[in-house]
Amino acid sequence: MGFVMQDKGEGLAVHGPDLHRCAQVTIAADPLAVRDGLAILFDTALLRSLADDDRGTAEIVLAEALNNIVEHAYARHAGEIEITLLLHQNALICRIIDTGLPMPNDALPAGHLAEFAPTEELPEGGFGWFLIRTLSRDLDYRRVDGRNHLSFRLETGQLGT
Amino acid sequence: MELVAEQRGEILVVRAMQDRIDAAGAIQFKDRMREITAAASPRVVLDMSLVAFLDSSGLGAVVAVMKALAPDRKLELSGLTATVQKVFRLTRMDSVFTIHDQVPDGLRHAG
Repeated sequence: MGFVMQDKGEGLAVHGPDLHRCAQVTIAADPLAVRDGLAILFDTALLRSLADDDRGTAEIVLAEALNNIVEHAYARHAGEIEITLLLHQNALICRIIDTGLPMPNDALPAGHLAEFAPTEELPEGGFGWFLIRTLSRDLDYRRVDGRNHLSFRLETGQLGT
Repeated sequence: MELVAEQRGEILVVRAMQDRIDAAGAIQFKDRMREITAAASPRVVLDMSLVAFLDSSGLGAVVAVMKALAPDRKLELSGLTATVQKVFRLTRMDSVFTIHDQVPDGLRHAG
């Protein structure tokens, strides 16, 4: 599956006692690699240090962001996704880079929840960006040198020491 | 996606045996549920107590199964774990499904 995994001690523009709280993984752009990559990330000391509720939130947002890249940026073509997580003060900072197609109009989807509908018209999709936008802060997207850079922060309630 | 089905009175209880219903398994989940629910039980309860994680693809698959059973048959859910519950609550799908803490007793509530 080609994982590149490292618990990094430096290299990002962070100073102070949180320097050693960084994890990075590069995965193939396919749904099974997303599943395995999340399993690896959530087994790191970094994510193990989060409270259960924060872990759940992080897994929801990361899964939605990664699935979206597999589905739309790479449109099921082969590619790689680089995920960097950094615990800084009371937040998990997430940066995700891919070399797939840019977002339409270079902007993130609005991610509105559909209005309440009768059973036969209930939506079976379109929840992803709503969940990302609801659960994350400082959501940012940039297209730089043919790469998509997505970043956001997840506030964490209880941090491990 | 392993699913184990058991008829309990009027309820067909389907237990999801894997710890996640995600983008990698959503289509398979939907297909297996379609096969299993071919047995004509008016109520189907999906026991999700072993499912620790569900993403929006998984949620979409559960909704699709519910829609496929409607209007004559009903899909109910049981045993939602914390993160799964969060996804249902945020997307307001918790108001669409009947959600049980535990698998209901099909005999007691029969009729």
